[in-house]
Amino acid sequence: MSETNTLKTTAAPAEITVKGVSKSYGAAHLAREVVRDCSFTIERGKLTVMIGPSGCGKSTLIRLLAGFERPDTGSIKLNGAPVTGPGRDRLVVFQETALFPWMTTYDNIMYGPRARGEVTKDTLDLAEFLLSKVGLQEFRKKYPTQLSGGMQRRAELARAMINNPEIMILDEPFRGLDAMTKELMWEYYSGLFEESGRTNFFVTTDIDEAVFLADRLLIMSNIPAQVRAEIEVDLPRPRRLADMVTSDRANAIKMEALAILHEEAMKSFSRGSKAAADFVEAYTKRGAKV
Amino acid sequence: MSSRKFSYKALARGLASIAVFLVLWEIGSRSKTWLGADIFTPLRELQGALGFKKTYLPWVGAVPAPTEVLQAWASVIVDPGYWQSWYKSSFRVAAGFIAAMLIGIPFGLSLAVSRTAYGIGFPVFEVLRPIPPLAWVPASIIFWPTQEMSIAFVTFLGAFYTIVINVVGGAKSIDGRYFQAAQSMGSSRADIFMRIILPGTLPSIAVGSAVGMGITWEVVVAAEMISGGGSQVGGTGGGGLGFFIWNSYVGGSYEQIVVGMISIGIAGFISSELLRSLGKYVTPWLRLR
Repeated sequence: MSETNTLKTTAAPAEITVKGVSKSYGAAHLAREVVRDCSFTIERGKLTVMIGPSGCGKSTLIRLLAGFERPDTGSIKLNGAPVTGPGRDRLVVFQETALFPWMTTYDNIMYGPRARGEVTKDTLDLAEFLLSKVGLQEFRKKYPTQLSGGMQRRAELARAMINNPEIMILDEPFRGLDAMTKELMWEYYSGLFEESGRTNFFVTTDIDEAVFLADRLLIMSNIPAQVRAEIEVDLPRPRRLADMVTSDRANAIKMEALAILHEEAMKSFSRGSKAAADFVEAYTKRGAKV
Repeated sequence: MSSRKFSYKALARGLASIAVFLVLWEIGSRSKTWLGADIFTPLRELQGALGFKKTYLPWVGAVPAPTEVLQAWASVIVDPGYWQSWYKSSFRVAAGFIAAMLIGIPFGLSLAVSRTAYGIGFPVFEVLRPIPPLAWVPASIIFWPTQEMSIAFVTFLGAFYTIVINVVGGAKSIDGRYFQAAQSMGSSRADIFMRIILPGTLPSIAVGSAVGMGITWEVVVAAEMISGGGSQVGGTGGGGLGFFIWNSYVGGSYEQIVVGMISIGIAGFISSELLRSLGKYVTPWLRLR
């Protein structure tokens, strides 16, 4: 009866369509446009990765998708219905970690069900299943500060998944981890995604992370945010780190994406943006080596 | 904050520091009897010889020696009036402090949570806050029907402002992402208050109450000195430790003044330690790292 021995989502995977969305902050002539006429689709049951330079307005887009803020113009629709506020159908996993420091791992994971008064046999079983799925049974009574960086991110994923959202929105969740742990988390997370079949939207600044995880890549312009290009990442699943490093296809996609990002960086560099200078220099050096 | 392990080295250092202090104090107090004059006497003679006015520098000789204080303490320790003073002051501190917690925490939280409450409550609070609690003593004696209540009220004020300021600051510094995370998981406003704001503010409440407790002791002693501490009705011990000190001064028993001072030091230390361990107990996530 209970379906807790599987991660397969019981909610129908959702689709989000963003059409002509703009968002500015500040008043009148001091207004700063962060998102301009931005349109894209987060396809049903796919892992869509958005990559763009840091400070390009990605986090603002996430706040709009989550419903914490409203766009100035344009529309955001979830399965055709407009998004009007935050909801459990769209769960956000925040940059670094937003686990509640005063709750143990278990209490953090059970937060959603308790908040909605849904503490049933099924959710308790699901909590146990998720704890073992993310390898934290032994750490259920530990506080977030007692967990390693990787454990914190895994607890965060479990806390989101127990709510069985129609779409998961992840804002640079693995930022701040060391390189080895980060790669481990990619395999881990893409495994969870493959099992669940849920719609996922993942935002990052890391090109290797983006290519490893994505079904579809959305490449962003510099601020104000717009989608510059879309790339279908037709690499086979399940994905393993060892395969990705040696895959010519993966490298080709990476180079293609980098070329577009470089073009973007050059544009903002010529407009006098300091931030783009590092990227332009790194890209030039990389080109010389190949 | 990592929990520091108990170390004999640290304990030995602490005891040595107290011992050295006591020995220096003893020597200082008794030097006049031993030497026939304090060490500033030759200095003053020199001053006079050079044609300057002799200035009188203070000397620890005027203060009773630790051994004398200890003797006075031994005689006072069997006096029920001394313990009555302890009880009176502790009771006033507890009453004022608990009232400050009961009123200050909800008040601070409402200021932090509601913009309306902040707009209405904060300006008045900020105007009253700079008034030192002791400036309230005369007004509070006039206002409250009994002296006991007026002292408790002044004590309450001492802790109240600190607690409120800490609660407001603590609640406002909670990471905004926690609210967003809770909201997107379907938390109601009441649920967010109980499970995010309240525990998120607990560390600041703990800090605020420890600081507030210190102020409470400062205030109660001064209030007892000024008002006579209700000693008219309560007999010698009815006035609390503050009045105990004042009474010893008036009666010329200098050893007892020091006994009273050290008693307050001990009382303050015990209550702060109690609060600190209580604070650690209610915020386990801060000590387990």
